[in-house]
Amino acid sequence: MNPEPRVGGDAETAPRTQSQSSPTGDVSALKTSPAGDSAEAIAPPRSTDAVLETHNLSVYYNTLLALREITIAIPRNRITALIGPSGCGKSTLLRCFNRMNDLIPGARSEGNLWFEGVDIAASSTDPVTLRRRIGMVFQRPNPFPKTIYQNVAWGARINGYQGDMDELVERSLRRAALWDEVKGKLRESGLELSGGQQQRLCIARTLAVEPEVILMDEPCSALDPVSTARVEDLMDDLKDEYTIVIVTHNMQQARRVSDMTACLMPDEALADGHRTGVLAEFSATDRLFTNPKDPRTEAYITGRIG
Amino acid sequence: MLNHFFRDMERLTCEILKLAATVEELIHTAIHALCDSRADLADRVLRSDEAIDDWEVRIEEECLKILALHQPVAVDLRRVTAVLKINNDLERMADLAVNIAERAIYLNKYCKGAAIPEKLEAMTAVAIRMVRGSLDAFVNLDADKARAIRALDDEVDRYNREIIDDLKMSMRSDPDRIEAGLELFSATRHLERVADHAANIAEDVVYLKEGEIIRHHHNLH
Repeated sequence: MNPEPRVGGDAETAPRTQSQSSPTGDVSALKTSPAGDSAEAIAPPRSTDAVLETHNLSVYYNTLLALREITIAIPRNRITALIGPSGCGKSTLLRCFNRMNDLIPGARSEGNLWFEGVDIAASSTDPVTLRRRIGMVFQRPNPFPKTIYQNVAWGARINGYQGDMDELVERSLRRAALWDEVKGKLRESGLELSGGQQQRLCIARTLAVEPEVILMDEPCSALDPVSTARVEDLMDDLKDEYTIVIVTHNMQQARRVSDMTACLMPDEALADGHRTGVLAEFSATDRLFTNPKDPRTEAYITGRIG
Repeated sequence: MLNHFFRDMERLTCEILKLAATVEELIHTAIHALCDSRADLADRVLRSDEAIDDWEVRIEEECLKILALHQPVAVDLRRVTAVLKINNDLERMADLAVNIAERAIYLNKYCKGAAIPEKLEAMTAVAIRMVRGSLDAFVNLDADKARAIRALDDEVDRYNREIIDDLKMSMRSDPDRIEAGLELFSATRHLERVADHAANIAEDVVYLKEGEIIRHHHNLH
C-alpha cells in the first residue's frame, strides 16, 4: 500500500501554469477546466487561516475504509503534526492533500477536501500543478542518482523555470541548511551524501519548485539525532514561508516542532484485523500534550495503549 | 519502559505522602508547643527541620529524574509538576512550623504564663483541616474537595484578622503584654501562611485533575 514514489511530487512533467507566483492566492492555477466541479459539491469554507481543509473526508482502499469522516483545517504558516498508532491512517490523510493516493490502485475518497478553497479531489483539479504547490518529503531520503546540483535543478527545470538556475540552486540549498556542506561539491552525486544530508537535499529539491505547502511523511525516521535536529531546526525556519504538515511516529518530535497536533486513532478493529482511522483530537500542541481532551489521545500519548 | 515509569511514579507519590504526613505532624506539634508551653515539643520541631530539607531535595531530584528520563505528558506530566510544587509547599510549611516553635520557645523562656488567644485553637483546627484535606484531595484526585478546601482559606484569614485585632487591643491596654503580644502576632501570621500553602496544594490538585490553573481566580470556587 505504500508505493515508493519515483519523485518527490515536485518533478512531475508539466509546464508551470504560473511561474514565480506569490505563495498565496492564485487559486485558478489549479484548474484546467473551469466547469469541472460536480453540482452537489458543498461550498468550500472561506477561512483565511486554513490552507488545507477537509470535511467528512473518508478514504477507501478498495472496500476497506481506511479513514472515516475526517474534518480538519490545517492553519497557514504553521507546522501541523499528525500522530497516532500504526495503521490509523496518518499517511493516508497526508497523501490525500496532494493526491498521492491517486497512484494507489483502488484508493478513493468521499467527502470534501480543499486547498485554498479549491476542491482537491475534483477531476478538474490538475494533480501535477497541485503537487507543485503542495510538495512532499518522504520517509527515506530519495535523491535522484544525479549530481547534487541536478537534484535541485531538475524539478524547476521541468516546470519551465526561466530564471538564473545557479541562483535558484544556491538559494534552495541555503534554505534547506545544506549549502555550506555541499557548495564545494555540487557536481558530485547526491547519493554520496549522508542520510541526513540526503534528506535535506530532498527538502531543497522540494523548495526549488516553490511550493506553498510541504508534506513530510516521517522525514526523520531514518536519521540519527543530530541530523534529526538539523531537519527540525530547518522546519522551524521554513514555517514563516510555508505551511508544513508532518506525519511522525516520534511524539517528542511532534512536541518539539509542531504548533498544532492532530491525533488519529484506529476505531474498533474489524474481524479481519483491518482498522479504520478517525480523528480523535486536533488542538494546539502544548495543549494536547499537557491536557488532552479526548481519553483516546490521553491513553495514546501517555503510552497506555497503542 | 512503561512499567519502569509507573514504578517511579508510585515511589514518588509514596514519598510525597510520607513527607506530607510528617509535615502535618510537625505543624500540630509546633502549635501544641505554643499553646501548652512545651519547650520539649518545640525543640523536637526544630531538630526535624534538617531532615525535612534533605527529604525535599531528594523528592525534587526524583521529579527531575522522571522528567528527564521519561518525558511524561498529559496527566503524567501534570502529576510530576504537581508533586514538584506540593513538595515545595510542604518544605515551606515545615519552615513555618519551625518558626512557630521558635516563638513557643521564646514565650516559654521570657513570657511565662502569657495568655494564648482563644481563637488560635479554632484557627489551628481549620488550618490543619486544610493541610490534611488538600493532601486527601491529592491522593483521591478530588477536584471538588480541593476547591472546598481552598475556600476554607477565607475562614483562616478571618481568624487571623480577629486574633491580631485582639492582640493589638491587649497590647494597647497593657504595655507589659507587648512582648508576648508580638510573639503571638507572628505565630498567628505563620499559621495563616501554613493555610496559604495548603490552599496552594489544593490549587495544584485542581490543575492535576482538570488541567486548569485556578491560582489567582479568587471568585471561582
